[in-house]
Amino acid sequence: MIEAKNISKRFGKFLALDNLGLKLESGECVALIGPNGCGKTTFIKAVLGMVLPSEGQILFDGKDIRGGNEYRRRIGYMPQIGRYPENMTVRQVIEMIKGIRGNSQEPDDELYRHFEIEKILTKKMRTLSGGTTQKVSATLAFMFRPDVLILDEPTAGLDPLAAEILKEKIIQARQRGCLVLITSHLLSELEEMVSQVVFMQEGRMLLHKTVAELKQATGQHTIAKSVIHLLKEGRQ
Amino acid sequence: MIRVLKYVALDILKNKIIIAYAVILALFSWSTFSLEDNADKGILSLLSIILMTVPLMSVLFSTIYIYNSSEFIELLASHPVKRSAIWKAIFAGLAGSLVLAFLFGVGLPLLLFAGTGTALIMIAAGSLLSVIFLSLAFLSNMLTRDKARGIGIALMLWLYFVLLFDGIVLFLFFQFSEYPVEKPAVILSGLNPVDLCRILILLRLDVSAMMGYTGAVFKQSFGTSWGLMISFLLLGLWVIIPFLISLVRFKRKDL
Repeated sequence: MIEAKNISKRFGKFLALDNLGLKLESGECVALIGPNGCGKTTFIKAVLGMVLPSEGQILFDGKDIRGGNEYRRRIGYMPQIGRYPENMTVRQVIEMIKGIRGNSQEPDDELYRHFEIEKILTKKMRTLSGGTTQKVSATLAFMFRPDVLILDEPTAGLDPLAAEILKEKIIQARQRGCLVLITSHLLSELEEMVSQVVFMQEGRMLLHKTVAELKQATGQHTIAKSVIHLLKEGRQ
Repeated sequence: MIRVLKYVALDILKNKIIIAYAVILALFSWSTFSLEDNADKGILSLLSIILMTVPLMSVLFSTIYIYNSSEFIELLASHPVKRSAIWKAIFAGLAGSLVLAFLFGVGLPLLLFAGTGTALIMIAAGSLLSVIFLSLAFLSNMLTRDKARGIGIALMLWLYFVLLFDGIVLFLFFQFSEYPVEKPAVILSGLNPVDLCRILILLRLDVSAMMGYTGAVFKQSFGTSWGLMISFLLLGLWVIIPFLISLVRFKRKDL
């Protein structure tokens, strides 16, 4: 569904993505992991067209994403740090995104209800705490029933209850055939959700395996331990 | 683009500064016209407003507004919206509100107190200057990511066009006063939208006689309908070129 072909991205001298090739199919839940600054967020932003790769191309359903922006209608994106117009209220932001998307489909308001967004509708985005902003981001990402979910550190900053609700929602989305791309440092959390693991380091993809393959290759029983095993290996 | 424009327009309206700007312009214009019994004197004081304050307000407010819109831009960029549509919508929203404020504050009193021809030229000049400096604000926004530097660049551009440029031209005039400098003077003034507007308006007011031989050459080159058309064409280019450069760069920018 999403295919990255040898993409590289340079920020000045710094090489954020180094000849990255990756193919992701629908119905999978892919964990994108790696140390800080390894290019996870840059890759995600490249898929969304917010960062333009210096070389290579990204295909969405076989079509180059530079060919148009309509493919983004099928993506729900939850950023790591949600940046919203400060003076807008939660209601205005939600209404605006609905207006911009202009979907005729009935919006998915499950997270809206579970996160009790209604109580904060009149608050300005500026006044929201980090966790509450994340709740708004999550609600918006799931609202339009997208085929692809891109979640950048979705549970960071959420309280345990909210994190649990979100996890349920992610599992549900995958079951209905969504492609879920998720980055997280909370490895234990990924355990119940992911089916594939992509490990990145210094802008390069080191491995792309299913969870079973990964566990077998590293001889560990959990994703968390496998990844730590990999990290330690990488350092030597 | 229209859908995005709606939210930009709402946001600018909510900001209220543009409304205050319109009211202050109106207060100034109405009071100058009612204090002076000679409308021409009123027009001259309005001229300085059009040539100095309007560009300053336009370039400063727009630059800050565009920098503050970074979150808005980022938010929309992850949804199915064309990048160019976002950029054009912000431009259209700002241009619309700045021009409307100018029309309300200065245009209306001008139409009432000044002769129609003069009023129309002044209104066209003021509106175009608003949009030209808006366009320069977009350009300075694309030159740097740093807000303070961006605002600095915008102010430098204003200083250059409103004050510095005249100084340079005057200096050149004195240096080369023994040569026929009139033709180069005409060309030079075409390079500065503020000067171009000043000349257009002064020619209408028939004070160009005070500018001596140079004034006569100006009258010859700008006073004809051809001259007028070319001047407005040049002013139009001042709107389009900086904005197009910024648009091309914005499309390639990493958000």
